[in-house]
Amino acid sequence: MRPLILVLAWALCVGAAPIRLITDISQRRIDIVYTFRGAELLVFGAIQYPRGSVPDEPPGLAIVVRGPPVPITVRKKARVAGIWVNTDSVRFETAPGFYAVATSAPIRSLVDERTAAIYEIGVSNLQLSPASGNARAQTSEFEQGLVALRRRTGLYAEHEGDVGVTQNVLYRARIAIPSAVPVGDYTAEIFLIRRGKVIAHSATPISIDKSGFERWVYVFSRQYALLYGLVAVALALLAGWLAGLVVRRT
Amino acid sequence: MNLYLPIAEMSVNWLVIIGLGAGVGFLSGMFGVGGGFLTTPLLIFYGIPPAIAVASAATQITGSSVSGALAYWRRGGVDVPMGLVLTAGGIAGAGLGSVAFAWLKTLGQIDVTINIIYVLFLGIVGGLMLREALGAVRKARAGVAGKGRLHPHQPWLAALPWRVRFYKSGLYISPLAPFALGLLVGILTVIMGVGGGFIIVPAMIYLLGMSTGVVVGTSLFNIVFVTAATTLLHSVESQSVDIVLAMLLLVGGVVGAQFGVRAAQTLPPERLRLFLALIVVAVAIRLAIGLTWRPAELFTVYGPT
Repeated sequence: MRPLILVLAWALCVGAAPIRLITDISQRRIDIVYTFRGAELLVFGAIQYPRGSVPDEPPGLAIVVRGPPVPITVRKKARVAGIWVNTDSVRFETAPGFYAVATSAPIRSLVDERTAAIYEIGVSNLQLSPASGNARAQTSEFEQGLVALRRRTGLYAEHEGDVGVTQNVLYRARIAIPSAVPVGDYTAEIFLIRRGKVIAHSATPISIDKSGFERWVYVFSRQYALLYGLVAVALALLAGWLAGLVVRRT
Repeated sequence: MNLYLPIAEMSVNWLVIIGLGAGVGFLSGMFGVGGGFLTTPLLIFYGIPPAIAVASAATQITGSSVSGALAYWRRGGVDVPMGLVLTAGGIAGAGLGSVAFAWLKTLGQIDVTINIIYVLFLGIVGGLMLREALGAVRKARAGVAGKGRLHPHQPWLAALPWRVRFYKSGLYISPLAPFALGLLVGILTVIMGVGGGFIIVPAMIYLLGMSTGVVVGTSLFNIVFVTAATTLLHSVESQSVDIVLAMLLLVGGVVGAQFGVRAAQTLPPERLRLFLALIVVAVAIRLAIGLTWRPAELFTVYGPT
């Protein structure tokens, strides 16, 4: 709670002209180490109103945490001669590896459609940039398939009404990061929304990366692939031989 | 109990993985099969990406087979010339297989191909073994000594040129036959993450007619070298060898293998073959169900390539 109080104090002391969002995150950097089972980010901050005039109505807020956009191919299985095989595919150029949004109210009542599309608020408003060449109906079917799949694995999430607001000034939301999260540079964006439009906005970078042993193994396997393979074989042979000795003696 | 795998990029329960390795390792030592035909599907059922499962299973098999291979070696249960011919074929096959693997991956058909090949091979081999084993068990029960022909006559096999004597195997055949067998299994090692013992062992007994005393040892000898070559190929080509996953499987696997070798010496051989046949058929049926029933997820995401 201490950071919240400090932020609040600062927000009340400094009175500037436009509405500003002051944000901090519990972790700016998430290290994936061998015990990593996922993480929970606490995104919190304060709304700084001009001359400290806090409105009576609660503010509309959307907090978006997203990972780097990656080109991916989505394939759909269909039954061919009794067997389910991949048939059609659609390529998406900018699908974020992770996307979570938390809002202070249901998305539909919070923002109008255009604003939601521009700021990509809500998993159905992600701009995935499908490659041209597929029929529109097919593209949207694949988009929905991708979003549904990733929602089930926790990589895409919507937490409507999960932004807590205190005295119409302080806000906070918890965002769950699953263990299967891709590494990369993330951002936490906060949107202050009034009458369907975004009136203030802030963005904070977060980095998620492997660390320590996990990182070392990963880098080794990419940069010295052959050596990595040789070490893997040597370790396997050594472990097999040693265990054989141990078991025979007992 | 959770551990993050650096290459698979996911968190797993390490006790489950070690237990899986131990169970498969036991069978490995018992039957002289690498056990990959169980490891790979089980890892995939657990949620490990198929390419990672296949590559890491190959690495694990190297380790879990070496202790078994050494145990047979000490007892003189390895026909080295035969093993070398098989291994030469196996390494050539691994090279071919890794080209096919890369090609299928770009087509997006690697997962379904892995499954179909599994069902076909396990179904056919398991079915044949089951029929033979049931017959042997019935004979043993009736009190008749299960004799079986020592040298099943295969006319096409005898027609191959450059015949060589393999003393320990009790064979006078062309090395082309075991080379081709090794080649086929090498391809399967790369694509399926199996040692291939479940094909080599029956083929050596029923096709080549090797004396059964050296079959398992020679198969393990071959498996150690071919899976090692496969690990190298996957490390360089698909970069999908997860060393942490392989080591977890190994910790269970190597211990299990030793107990398997002991168990094999106390159990009647025809019973042993029946058990193996049943396991192989069961895995084939499970995979066939997975192929024909409507999958839970129709859509699959393929990463940035």
